[in-house]
Amino acid sequence: MTPSFENRRLRRRKMEERIFRALMAASMLVVIGCLILIVGTIIWKGLPAMKLSMITQTPKGGYYLGKEGGILNAIIGSLYLASGATVLAILFSLPVVLYINVYAKKRSRLASLTRFSLDVLWGVPSIVYGAFGFIIMIFFGLRASLLAGILAVALLEFPIMSRAADEVIRMVPRELLEASYSLGATRLETALKVVVRQCLPGLLTAVLIAFGRGIGDAASVLFTAGFTDRIPTSLFQPAATLPLAIFFQLGTPFPEVQQRAYASAAILTVLILIISLVARGLGKRYTRHIIK
Amino acid sequence: MEARPHISVQNLSVYFDEQLVLKDVSVDIPDHKITVIIGPSGCGKTTLLKSLNRLLDPLDGVRIGGRVLVDGIDIYDPRTEVTEVRKKMGLLSQRPQALPMSIYDNVAYGPRIHNHIDKKRLDETVEHYLRVAGLWEEVKDRLDDPAARLSVGQQQRLCLARGLAVGPEIILGDEPTSALDPQSSQNVERRLIELKAEYTVIVVTHILRQAKRIADYIAFLYLGELVEHGPAAEVFANPRDPRTRAYLTGEIS
Repeated sequence: MTPSFENRRLRRRKMEERIFRALMAASMLVVIGCLILIVGTIIWKGLPAMKLSMITQTPKGGYYLGKEGGILNAIIGSLYLASGATVLAILFSLPVVLYINVYAKKRSRLASLTRFSLDVLWGVPSIVYGAFGFIIMIFFGLRASLLAGILAVALLEFPIMSRAADEVIRMVPRELLEASYSLGATRLETALKVVVRQCLPGLLTAVLIAFGRGIGDAASVLFTAGFTDRIPTSLFQPAATLPLAIFFQLGTPFPEVQQRAYASAAILTVLILIISLVARGLGKRYTRHIIK
Repeated sequence: MEARPHISVQNLSVYFDEQLVLKDVSVDIPDHKITVIIGPSGCGKTTLLKSLNRLLDPLDGVRIGGRVLVDGIDIYDPRTEVTEVRKKMGLLSQRPQALPMSIYDNVAYGPRIHNHIDKKRLDETVEHYLRVAGLWEEVKDRLDDPAARLSVGQQQRLCLARGLAVGPEIILGDEPTSALDPQSSQNVERRLIELKAEYTVIVVTHILRQAKRIADYIAFLYLGELVEHGPAAEVFANPRDPRTRAYLTGEIS
């Protein structure tokens, strides 16, 4: 091999390196750019309609055509709905992920079938959960209500939460479980006292991801939760939600009301942001005991 | 062997899928002595140790034949309660595995599970076993700190305290010093020698010098087979099997 050949080779490799670096930088720019553009658009277009009354009052003149009042009904409705659905989803999700990670063996068929099912459910479009929730609703003789909405959104959140939690719990080293077993702990004690504590920040994130999906989803609540100008006072009343508020406001022919849709979108985004930050802060507090 | 066997392994065979990891191992482990299992890596030392407190159970594709008697009770008998078996033994693993909680809660983990005792008794128990493990002076002012903040050597002694707090009769050590610096290793070895007055100690190691320092009895495993076992002095001075001799002189490792 001559030195010049080696030189050329080295130059080519350096060139490759530069090209790929540029590509990666460009991709990152796209990601960050999208975020800025979306948030910017919402705020820019929503700003004229952004008044304090947006978050302190219910709509005046109907949610469809009303140009006054606010969307307090949708904010409260969305929070009720997503919180209820998230609690319900945790109740089903946690046992499932603890079972497939602590009780089932690594090569268990049941565990892989469960994971496969969760993956499929994850991919099911939310309108299908809405339709399915609608059928359940009819079956139990419910009308469009907060409860029916909670059920549909819980179905939507369940696979997302489970799969995210599963990824976290899978990382727990087997030796940590063995340490607990060797002290005479049962699997349940190990799951609740060791696994859950070790994974707490990750589990919080899983819950949060699910909550975020739940509060932002329009299709699953379209038939199930209904829409109303009032703030629900019982599980059997219909409930307004932010995504649907945006949907209805955008659908009007009046530019003033359309502006209100962007303001609603900004409120929804900020709401999710606040919840993320709170959860992140909580997660940090629980990392101190984690075993690396 | 003059001492009464505390653990009696009888014709124990272990398969991982189709692979035979332990071949028909029979050995009596005497009370209140340190038995050291030696052998090259991959010879089944850890498998033998884990079979003693049924830590092989949760693994995939494991089949176990033969019997393991602890105090005359077959631990693989379906009627035997697995948590009771494990309660009798404290385990030190290769890397210390502190639980994701405070130093205090680590030691209190076992007692809290097994007997409901009041806060005052629990405090005493925690202090007592931290002292036995030689860790009390170093941690008495920061019992609420996360166990993860201790050094690896301290964590291994914490694991010892945690294991002892359950009230076992047997201490199992799976290369308990392999992740530790020389000084911490020495510290752990010294604890083990002290503890044999009250406990039966079984240690797996691949460090021959360590085996010579602490062993009363030696069991030599090679390719899943128990080649030789007996009093340490005898085995080291006069190995009967050529394979043992080859291992002791460093020809096979």
